[in-house]
Amino acid sequence: MSLISTILRRLVLLVFVVAGVAVITFTISHLIPGDPAQLIAGDKASAETLAHVRQELGLDKPVTQQFVIYVKQLLSGDLGQSLRTRRPVAGDIALFLPATLELGIAALVTAIMIGVPLGVLSAIYKDGPVDQAARVVSVAGISMPVFWFGLALILLFYVKIPILPGSGRITLGIAAPPRITGFFLVDSLVAGDLKAFWSSLYHLILPAFVLAFANLGIITRQIRASMLDVLQEDYVRTARANGLSRSAVILRHALPNALIPSVTLLGLAFGDLLYGAVLTETIFAWPGMGSYVVSSIQTLDFPAIMGFTIVASLGYVLINLAVDLTYMVLDPQIRELG
Amino acid sequence: MTEPSGDVLLEISDLSLEFRTYRGPIKALNGVSLNVRAGEIVGIVGESGCGKSVTMMAATRLLPKGSAHITGGGIRLFGNDPMTLSERELQHVRGRLVSTIFQEPMNALNPTRRIGEQIVEVIRRHQRLDKAAATSKASGLLRDMLISEPERIMQAYPFELSGGMRQRVLIAMAFSCEPKLIIADEPTTALDVTVQALILGLIKHKAMSTGTAVVFISHDMAVVSQLCDRLYVLYAGRVAEAGTTESVLAAPAHPYTRALIRCLPGLAPPKQPLEQIPGTLPDLLDPPAGCLFRARCREANDRCVSVPPLAAMEPARRAACWRRIEETQAA
Repeated sequence: MSLISTILRRLVLLVFVVAGVAVITFTISHLIPGDPAQLIAGDKASAETLAHVRQELGLDKPVTQQFVIYVKQLLSGDLGQSLRTRRPVAGDIALFLPATLELGIAALVTAIMIGVPLGVLSAIYKDGPVDQAARVVSVAGISMPVFWFGLALILLFYVKIPILPGSGRITLGIAAPPRITGFFLVDSLVAGDLKAFWSSLYHLILPAFVLAFANLGIITRQIRASMLDVLQEDYVRTARANGLSRSAVILRHALPNALIPSVTLLGLAFGDLLYGAVLTETIFAWPGMGSYVVSSIQTLDFPAIMGFTIVASLGYVLINLAVDLTYMVLDPQIRELG
Repeated sequence: MTEPSGDVLLEISDLSLEFRTYRGPIKALNGVSLNVRAGEIVGIVGESGCGKSVTMMAATRLLPKGSAHITGGGIRLFGNDPMTLSERELQHVRGRLVSTIFQEPMNALNPTRRIGEQIVEVIRRHQRLDKAAATSKASGLLRDMLISEPERIMQAYPFELSGGMRQRVLIAMAFSCEPKLIIADEPTTALDVTVQALILGLIKHKAMSTGTAVVFISHDMAVVSQLCDRLYVLYAGRVAEAGTTESVLAAPAHPYTRALIRCLPGLAPPKQPLEQIPGTLPDLLDPPAGCLFRARCREANDRCVSVPPLAAMEPARRAACWRRIEETQAA
């Protein structure tokens, strides 16, 4: 099974997944009690105004017909118009999503950069001081609520020892880089604006760390467990018996094999991070999807909720695809035999 | 006891070792002595759990650090005590001077790396060769193992090869840095009977042509008797009998050796049902006093409640059995 045929096969499946999600979100949004027309027109609107708003939104048509219209729009990439912002939902998502992705990716990278080495060290020095310390960090990460930990860090590094910014994506007064990807770090580099780059990196540190911390523990424990398994393997003994250096045994023989069972977890962790971003964004006033979705739910903004759900499920499917492709890169048996 | 001349590569004297478990110490070795000289092929025989592999893994310090503890005796490997070597010195000894072929070829190669990379890595670890030279050396080694298309095999991943093929790769790897001693720990036990003879022949031939000494660990008396110059029969962490293969096979002294030989189709007297040794190994967590084979021995008597010494029987033989000691003294 080649890489390309796997990708193609999975992209075909993607269509069915999105179709399923579309049906479900449409059904749920129309089953939820509450009248969006009422919300838009206001409490004191006359029956006539209400009917007018309904007609404008297409809510007066039979449900089946509404669904057909919705699917037609979806196929042309149109997620409808937000009832709240009065702008196209697709445009809104394109505006807010990169901020969330930037935060999520930064958090994932942080969690991996700290979690993988920590897990490897814990396995090598099992039950030693490093392992015990990593255990404490892991349990703390898993059990500490994001909103509490975020506020604690803001209190510490923004209020008491003011070395890091506590909110926003960039210092007030520094212009956001011209929008290309929507990732400030990337866009500022493309524009050659180092001042904006450092400022956005600076703003990313606290929220990314808070978000990473919860997953850090899970990654550390998973890597530790699979490293302990792999270090028992005969091929590790072969490597040692042939006099390979300790670093070669661990980095070239043990770690690549220990990573394979951890890849699923990393995919799940990324999904987790995006959902965890909702809380983190609120705490750090990060202008991402989190705050957009929360407001949409509060105002029963169906097109926005449905649009977000579809984009999110698409994201999950793509993450899973990435996980499977990573398997193929790491494990020749999967790559060659499919 | 006369032994072949030549440098002593490995000398184990009176080695006792235990595994500390939560149930208490398991006394895996109780005073094992053996030595291996340059160029000879030595067999270590005994049933599972008698301490064959543990002895040799102790010699190369491959036992798990936390649980295995040497409680007595000593090891000299190429003149050094492996327990006092630094990690770096030990890495030089392993692979360069002594190398090990293990029992399970299915798991003994890294599943995520190509065969060629794995052999080349070992070669380049110990020899100053560039990648091309190491690759051609690896391919030559595989050819010596009667692999007809070494280039194709080197491009393969372990899962694409049969068990016999993998074991040949591991043998090539073990010989790759021209070690002086190779430990072959049951190299054919996990393999199909049809490839056993081939694998054994390859090891023996390569060892003879390079002058490498081999320690052959096996539970199979028939296999060991075909290959080895000398034998050590281990029972419950003690040497029961030691001597040249010919003398041991011709007239086994220890009742355990006799029983092992009677179990073999080829070596047992014809047209008699094969025997099995009654009973099982003693509990090494709480070993009984005296000769550990006593409970399974037909010849046991009152003297066997104390531990028999490994006494010289004839010039090339020693055995740890009170009966034989009595007979020798009587003669």
